[in-house]
Amino acid sequence: MTSPQATAAMSENGRHATGWWQRFVFSRDHKTIGLQFLFSSLIWMVVGGLMALAIRWQLAWPWTEIPVLGRWMFAAEGGQITPQFYNVLFTMHATIMIFFVVIPLLVGAFGNYLIPLMIGARDMAFPTMNMLSYWLMWPAFGCMVVALMAGDQGPDAGWTAYPPLSVVYGHAQDWWLVGLVFVGISSMLGSLNYITTIVQMRAPGMTWFRLPMTVWGLFITAILQAFALPVLTAALLMQLLDRWGGTSFFVPSGLVIEGTDVVTGAGQPLLWQHLFWFYSHPAVYIMILPAMGMVSDMLSCGCRRPLFGYRVMVVSMAAIAGMGFIVWGHHMFVSGMSYLLTVSFMASTMLIALPSGVKTFNWLATLWSARIRWTTPMLFTVGFISMFVIGGLSGVVMAAPPADILIHDTYFIVAHFHYVLFGSSILAVFAAIHFWFPKMFGRMMNETLGKIHFLLTYVFLNGTFFPMHFLGARGFPRRYADPYVVEGFRDLLPLNQFITWCAFGMAAAQLIFVVNFLGSLIVGQRAEQNPWRANTLDWETDSPPPHGNFAACPVVHRWPYEYDNRPGRPDFVPQAMALMEDDNAADECDSNRGVE
Amino acid sequence: MQRGWSLLFLIVPVGCGVVYLLAALGIPPLDKFWLPPNYNQTGASIDRLFGLTHVVAAVVLFGTMGALSWFCWAGSLRERTSSLVAHHTALEVVWSLIPAAILIGLAVYQFQSWNENKLYYPQWERDGQVGPKPPQVKVVAKRFGWEFYYAGPDGLLNTFDDVFIENLLVVPTGEDVVLYVESRDVVHSFFVPGLRIKQDVVPGLGQYLWFRAQQAVELEIVCAELCGWGHTNMQARLRLVPRAEFDRWIDEQILQHRAGQAARLSQGSSE
Repeated sequence: MTSPQATAAMSENGRHATGWWQRFVFSRDHKTIGLQFLFSSLIWMVVGGLMALAIRWQLAWPWTEIPVLGRWMFAAEGGQITPQFYNVLFTMHATIMIFFVVIPLLVGAFGNYLIPLMIGARDMAFPTMNMLSYWLMWPAFGCMVVALMAGDQGPDAGWTAYPPLSVVYGHAQDWWLVGLVFVGISSMLGSLNYITTIVQMRAPGMTWFRLPMTVWGLFITAILQAFALPVLTAALLMQLLDRWGGTSFFVPSGLVIEGTDVVTGAGQPLLWQHLFWFYSHPAVYIMILPAMGMVSDMLSCGCRRPLFGYRVMVVSMAAIAGMGFIVWGHHMFVSGMSYLLTVSFMASTMLIALPSGVKTFNWLATLWSARIRWTTPMLFTVGFISMFVIGGLSGVVMAAPPADILIHDTYFIVAHFHYVLFGSSILAVFAAIHFWFPKMFGRMMNETLGKIHFLLTYVFLNGTFFPMHFLGARGFPRRYADPYVVEGFRDLLPLNQFITWCAFGMAAAQLIFVVNFLGSLIVGQRAEQNPWRANTLDWETDSPPPHGNFAACPVVHRWPYEYDNRPGRPDFVPQAMALMEDDNAADECDSNRGVE
Repeated sequence: MQRGWSLLFLIVPVGCGVVYLLAALGIPPLDKFWLPPNYNQTGASIDRLFGLTHVVAAVVLFGTMGALSWFCWAGSLRERTSSLVAHHTALEVVWSLIPAAILIGLAVYQFQSWNENKLYYPQWERDGQVGPKPPQVKVVAKRFGWEFYYAGPDGLLNTFDDVFIENLLVVPTGEDVVLYVESRDVVHSFFVPGLRIKQDVVPGLGQYLWFRAQQAVELEIVCAELCGWGHTNMQARLRLVPRAEFDRWIDEQILQHRAGQAARLSQGSSE
């Protein structure tokens, strides 16, 4: 932290006199770190997406040559996937999409970029720690690349890595475990930073109930991470010790492996499941709460009306996060857990649907009597809401343990979490990229390309994920390299081919986004400071903002949702705009809110 | 053009919902996209619950998507001015209480099915005393197959004369069948879609499973928990037969088993 004088000097010349490395690579500026997270996540998204296509190919045309990549990747097998590599594919698809794409995009990219800008701070509380949180992702990337290089012998125990499979058989499992430990440390540094920044560094006048929903979403997410992640990290280390340290946390005695008895202690496979889901269920909310926050802000802006039920929205977010810690057992309804314990997890799971439902109703009420501007971010935002409804409703179906007996570990589950993770989180990410692109790069993205991208993505995503409910209702299991070995599933082949065609359509639609994103970086129309006419503080500064963010420290006078479309009234009143009364808060400005 | 978007938000989700509804109503050719036929007596309550939650889900889906696209349609009209209402206590109480009531209703409703399927353990009468029915078959899951052990002539499981059959389970219809399942290596899952049974088989944690089939039929047992590269191939046949046929079959197995044992013994002594 620097002195107020130094801060003032810095805001005059905008930047430190720093070298290229410090500015673009080992930068401690939250905006650069946010963009680094954004770019690396988008690249990983391509990798994870190609894996999804390979999985879809295998389910539609099992054991046939994969076009283009097949001959290069599986030369020995005539271009077809091996059963071993199929397991590697879905394991790595999930790992990459969760830990390298969705969480880093929402929390790493938008969290970093938006928190200081939206609360009116010059940077994060701990800029060096922030830089570390990004660069600790690289050892994790390295581990996963090494694990993938093993091909057939890559991590193949699923992203859930249930022992004893992962401990006794798991290939390249150690690289996977160590990689995730790095991700865990990175997220932990990030979340501590976010919590501190939001608690300590809000601009004068930025009271808790004037915070934009985006910041609330990220704040609650950071708390979730801080409490849930250590459990996963500990569990990962325990699994590593089981593999190499001779311990036996998760491996029971009496196993017969490859015809020989394995002498081990009396571990408990279910212990891993409890520890894993104690993190991984809150992780579900880590992957949706920031999206909910950003969507609320973009929705109000696109509707040109105040957000409906702001306080209730904040409370329901907190309720989702709190209750998120006591529902993990619903991943284990058929695991062999006590049938009575199941009942209590059922009850908490049913109840957690309530705050999610309340949020949906609030979004609908915001849309009611709005004056909608159909921009690309607005389309993705409304798309998010509709997909979240479908994903939420299938969640209620599986919350009842008797129904879960049938659909657990089937494609019904796959349909459900893709509606929430792709249909909701990723649509929100697309909305947010279109919305904040002008702030990040000083240029607008192309609206026509954006709308075509939305239309195709929306149609194909439903074509891809909705029929998976049908597969699941029939009992079609997940993680089957060749489900048609089972007679009862043979008639589902045409439906799977339909799904695969839609998945390819969806992938093709993403090329439009790539063209739009890269093209707009270079030839996009120059953006003004506040192209969407939005109220939050991030729009009070240049696009892109200078180092130190604000020329003069903003002072907050109101909540961020003062939009009004009545004739003769101001269309929007930014949070930093003073009307009649004046606060003395300006004096507090910049004291103790330094920047590196 | 502006209003076209509101139609998109109506047509796509509602279209998906309608297809699903037709499947649930059993209208060909969509009828194969719903639950497979059920042969377990207690499984019927699972199907009812699954259907009921889908009815609730369909009502909510059509309601919310209808409202969403209607608001979008109205919001696209140029002359319209926006409402400034950002809070309405009565409305918020109503839309919290009604879903809460529905969710609690579902939670209570599913108890009966859970009770029937999992909390109730089959009883039987022997020597004038009623007690829990012991398992008739021991199921051992292993990479990548199923082993089924029947009691031999001594009528007891886990003794030297157990009859062992691989990848074929034959059980009688019209009575409670209790299975004891355990795993030899990793976590598997004993899944019979036609009986509405799924149970993870965890090594070191033996468990009981039960069902009562009404009809003679042949079904498939599959593994529903990832167990390695051969996961797909881990299946077995399940043959449900009337009691008389079952008795004939098991006698035959015992005879074969004895013959096999005798052959092995004589082979051993001659060597």
